[in-house]
Formats: sequence, structure tokens, C-alpha cells
Amino acid sequence: MSGSTTSQFKENAVRQLADVDLRQALTKSKGHFTGGRQNAMDKLPEFDALRDQARDLKDHVLENLDFYLETYEQNVIASGGQVHWARTAKDAQDIVLDICRSVDATSVNKGKSMIGEECDINEALEANGIRAVETDLGEYIIQIRNERPSHIIAPAVHLTKAQVETSFRETHTHLDPDRILEEPPTLLEEARTVLRKKYFEAEVGITGANFLVAETGSSIIVTNEGNGDLSQLLPKVHIVLASIEKVVPTLEDASTFLRVLARSATGQDFSVYTTVSTGPRRSTDPDGPEQYHVILLDNGRTGMLGTEFHEMLRCIRCGACMNHCPVYQSVGGHAYGWVYPGPMGAVLSPSLLGVDEAGHLPNASTFCGRCEEVCPVRIPLPKLMRHWREREFERHLTPRAARTGIRLWAFFAQRPGLYQMATGLQMRLMGWMGRRKGRFSSVPLAKGWTKYRDLPAPEGKTFQQQWAGRK
Amino acid sequence: MTAGRDEILGAIRRSLGRSGPVDDSRAAELRARMAKPARNLIPARADLPPSEVIDLFRSQAEGVFATVDRVADMSEVPQVLTEYLKRENLPSQVVMAPDPSLDQAPWDNQPLLEIRRCLPVESDMVSVTSAPAAIAETGTLAMFSGADHPSTLNFLPETHVVVLPVNRIGKNYEDVWDLIRQRIADGEGDLNDLMPRTVNLITGPSRSGDIEQTLLLGAHGPRRLHIILVDSDDAA
Repeated sequence: MSGSTTSQFKENAVRQLADVDLRQALTKSKGHFTGGRQNAMDKLPEFDALRDQARDLKDHVLENLDFYLETYEQNVIASGGQVHWARTAKDAQDIVLDICRSVDATSVNKGKSMIGEECDINEALEANGIRAVETDLGEYIIQIRNERPSHIIAPAVHLTKAQVETSFRETHTHLDPDRILEEPPTLLEEARTVLRKKYFEAEVGITGANFLVAETGSSIIVTNEGNGDLSQLLPKVHIVLASIEKVVPTLEDASTFLRVLARSATGQDFSVYTTVSTGPRRSTDPDGPEQYHVILLDNGRTGMLGTEFHEMLRCIRCGACMNHCPVYQSVGGHAYGWVYPGPMGAVLSPSLLGVDEAGHLPNASTFCGRCEEVCPVRIPLPKLMRHWREREFERHLTPRAARTGIRLWAFFAQRPGLYQMATGLQMRLMGWMGRRKGRFSSVPLAKGWTKYRDLPAPEGKTFQQQWAGRK
Repeated sequence: MTAGRDEILGAIRRSLGRSGPVDDSRAAELRARMAKPARNLIPARADLPPSEVIDLFRSQAEGVFATVDRVADMSEVPQVLTEYLKRENLPSQVVMAPDPSLDQAPWDNQPLLEIRRCLPVESDMVSVTSAPAAIAETGTLAMFSGADHPSTLNFLPETHVVVLPVNRIGKNYEDVWDLIRQRIADGEGDLNDLMPRTVNLITGPSRSGDIEQTLLLGAHGPRRLHIILVDSDDAA
């Protein structure tokens, strides 16, 4: 898991906040996702009941995860496919490389896969002389810019069209330099033409999986572009990268998740392409892959089962939590420094990367609770973030000044009389000091606040005093 | 990598506080749950009389940028197809699925229409297929891979025309799963007790919002999805 800059969240965030292009891109995307989800919800009275069922179904699966994985494996084999188990990201890389070498692959097409990102599959392929081509438009854009996705369903959401244009001009040097390329349709057209060629060149196609169906041994992907389908239909070999918690019992169960997934993600009732793949092509099939491999990845997930982070394994990767998160919407996904940003990343990354590397991410939260409110499988994200904060505190990873401050506050909070007297005095003092301007442009110990705005001076009484006065 | 397999399954069991696999009675219960898959909550949206189910399918499909024609029977399909191609300024060469249900249409009465029935190649602009099922709930078409329907027909050409007898329009996704199970039970094609290799649920033409969230049609798959609804699938 190379390339994580998660430990530098603060520095990353400061840099991102000053990025004018990012501000512009995030402002544009914000209402799009939240408004879309609201619309989809309004049109489906059963939405909340479906979320309850989705939550219960995932809990049922996790409780019997070993059983469903074994059943799934049997059914993949029965349909002519192969299952590989990867304990770590490195295992997954090795398995992918072995399969690619077995067919002398020089070129691999990728449909969008977060597990692929988690395992740095592209880097592993390139290091071994195999070209990896991302075919999802957003993934393609960030691949040629040598960036990580900044959002789990909209990888290039941090970019403006002008930035995409610049990258295309730099990469597609075989095309006329004077071509007009300003608007999104011309950019899409160019990407479509360039990528179309590559579909026919790859020996191996790699996709992720939104769900694995135990009943039938099938993998399901959900896309809008159709790139995942061309990536798996045209090459000789189809490899599915999936983490172990993706398994569901039946097609009916998958349908329940499908009904909440797109609505929560983009606000569509249903994604354009929902594809159920089972094994390799059959003897009479005119097309489709000759080999079908599934790689089941653990990479730290079994360590979350049965712990206070168990519920995080319900996540179906819709991105609603980050679309509704005031912190994500300010700093963008890259500040989080790794594959999974926003509230789900703040809970998942410390589990997968370790608390030393990512344990501070849950501090980047206002605890407004929107993420839990919109989660299609009702993951109590704020509660889970709080668990990480406790762990970080217990392990003395919190900065000393913060620890002292919290201790001091706890001392007063346990003594209400003293607390009221101290805060009363403080308010009077600050009110007196700020009487001329009505605000402070700097306050000791609060530079982080006053650097960007003034602190209004109190007008005299504390909240508790005013409350008591009203009664 | 059997070592990885045993380690992962062992780690799951330890984390769940079990020393081994689920006990026999639980395993039997879970197996029974999969053997007879129960339907979960299904939205009432498509719970309508048959004619309204068709209308719902149509309005949902049009809502996701598919275009729809409706004809009385298969005899009208070739002409409607020719007119559509003309209207959209598309070539009259089409690549058509070797699906026998399409044979009922009198293709010969459109002499300008050039039809190849095989796999599509990169230069093919228009594909014509049928769909074994459709879902009114979200205006979704269901396609099954097989000798009579190469899956690449659904993705490679820029325009995909689908001939859909209205009696194939079901209400929900669950109806499609039941249909597949029925086909497996009937031993149809070369399913051999298996799902078709590829089941495509298709809801509108290909799209992307990856550049500044601007909705654009035709990202990698078809730019246009045109559905010809056929009221009676008799040859007439």
C-alpha cells in the first residue's frame, strides 16, 4: 500500500483549501449529488424501508460470511471459473501478475475498481512491463495525470474541464494540436476514440464487483459508461477483483441493494448497466472471455469483523457520505491521502492502513451526522469515528496540547459550580476586552480559528446564565 | 492459494467467535434460503394492470433518454427501423442478432436495409437485437448472452435498436431472475444448470458525468438506445 499520504492530512487539507480549481470543481458537483439523491428518494416511498432491509441483509451476510464465501466459491467453480484468495494487497498483485503471465499479456484493460486502487494493481502491472489502461472516463483522466481518485464513484470530481483539456493535449500528442477541445462533449468524444482502440488490444480485462452472488457464483458490476462491459467481453481473460464482504446470498438480495445503490450514489433510479457475469463463455457463446477469475481480498477486513468497526463492512461504496460531508466538500478527496476519502474513508482507512498512519482522519469531522443520515445501509459513521478517536487518545497519539486541553475541560465539566463561575468570569473579561471593536482578530491558543476569521466578542452573559434568566 | 483460503476463512470464524464452520442446522437453513430465494420488499411502483405496466416501462425508459416507437405487430418493424435510421441520419447497414424471434419480421420488404447477422466489428454503427425481458420499474431491458445474442451487440455499435414484444415486459428485476431460473429448469439452450454467462440489465444509453458532472450520452457504449415495442409478437 504505497503512496499513502494519509498521515499528512492537515498539510494536505491546507494545500487543498487554497486550490482555486478544486474550489470551482467542488462547488459545481455539490448540489448535483445531494439534489439527485433527494429527487430519487422523493420518487420512491419505500426508500427508507429498503435501507432497513439492506442493513439487515448485510448483517445476515457478515454473521455467516464464511458460509456464503464457500458457497460462492463452489458455484464459481461449477460454472467454470476460478477463485483465488488474497490475504493482502501483495497477494492480490501476485495473483493478477501470475494470470497475466500465463497468457503472455502485454496489455490490460481496467474497469473502475476501488480494490484495484487499494492493491495498487496498475503500479504492479507497469513494474512488470504490462500496460494497464483505465477505461472509465474519470479513472482515465486521473491515470494520465498520475493522480489517485478523489471520490469513490466520481474519481475526477476534483478537476475542472480546463484541467482535463490540458491533460488531454499533453497526452494525446498524435492529434491535431489546433483542435477545439473546450467543452465536455468534445473531451468525451476524444477519450472515446482513444480508448476504443485499446479495447481490442488487451489480453486481460480487470473489473471490480459491486456484489458477488453466492447462489449462482456470479459477480455484478454497476456502471454508466459501458466500459466495464467492453473490458470484460473483449479480452481473453476476465479478472474480477472483490473484497470478501461483497458477497450476498441471492439475486433477490442483490436486487434490494441495487435499489438503494444508484439512488444514493448519483440519484439515478438504476445505473445504465447492471451486469451479472457467471464463469467464462460457454461452448456456443459467440463472444465473452475464455477465462474467468475472481480474486477475493481480505487485506484487513477479517480484523474488523466482530469488533466495534464491524458495521463498516456493510458499506456498498455509494459515496453518499462524502457527497453530504461538509469537511469532504471543503478539502476534497485528495486531502485524505489514500484510496477512500470522506466519512467512510475516515473509518475504513485506519482499519486497513493502521491507526498510526490514519488514526487521525476521524478528527476531520464536524460530527454533524449527515453521513449516517444518508447512508443506504445505515452505518453509524459518527459513532465509528468516535471509536477511532478513543483509540487514538488511548494510544497517546493525540497531540499533547489537545490532551491537556481536554483534561482541563473535563476537570471543570465535572464541577458545574466552578464551571459556571469560570465561564462567567471569562465572558465578562472577554466582553470588556472586546468592547471597542466587538471582535478579536487574534486569541491565544485559537490561532487556527482567528487566522481565517475574527472571533466575535461576547456581549456579557454565558448561555447558561441567559437560560437561567429566561425561566 | 489454498493457504490464503484457509487463513481467511479461519480469521472470519475466529472474529465471529466460532471455532469452525456454521453448525449443520444453520447450514441447512442457509442452504434452504438460497434454494428458494424469497423476494424482499418490492416497491409498489410497478404494481399496475398490464396495459399500465407497458406505459410505465415506456415512460421510465424515455426518462433515461431511450427513444421508443410502438407498432402493432412484427410486420411493421422493418419499416419503422428504416424510418428511424433515416430520421437519425444513420447508415442502413445493421448488424443483427441471430435471434430466431427476429426472423418473423419481413426484412426483405426494405431493400435498402443491409443486414448482417454475426458478431459486430469496430466499424459497425447500428445493432439490432431483441430482449428476452424488460422491467417496468425502471425502464430496464434484460439481455442474456447465448448463441442467438452476442453480448458485444449491446455495447460496441453507437446505436442499439431493440425489438421488444410487449408481453415480455415484467414489473420488477425479480421477474427476470424467475425467468432465468425457469429457462435453466427447462434446460433451454446450453445453460446446463447455469446462469447465462452475461446478463445485461440496460437502462438507457451509455452516459458519463465524469467531467464536471455534466451529463453526456455515449461514453463507451451506445449513444442511442431505440426501443421498438411490438404489441403482438405474431408474424401477422
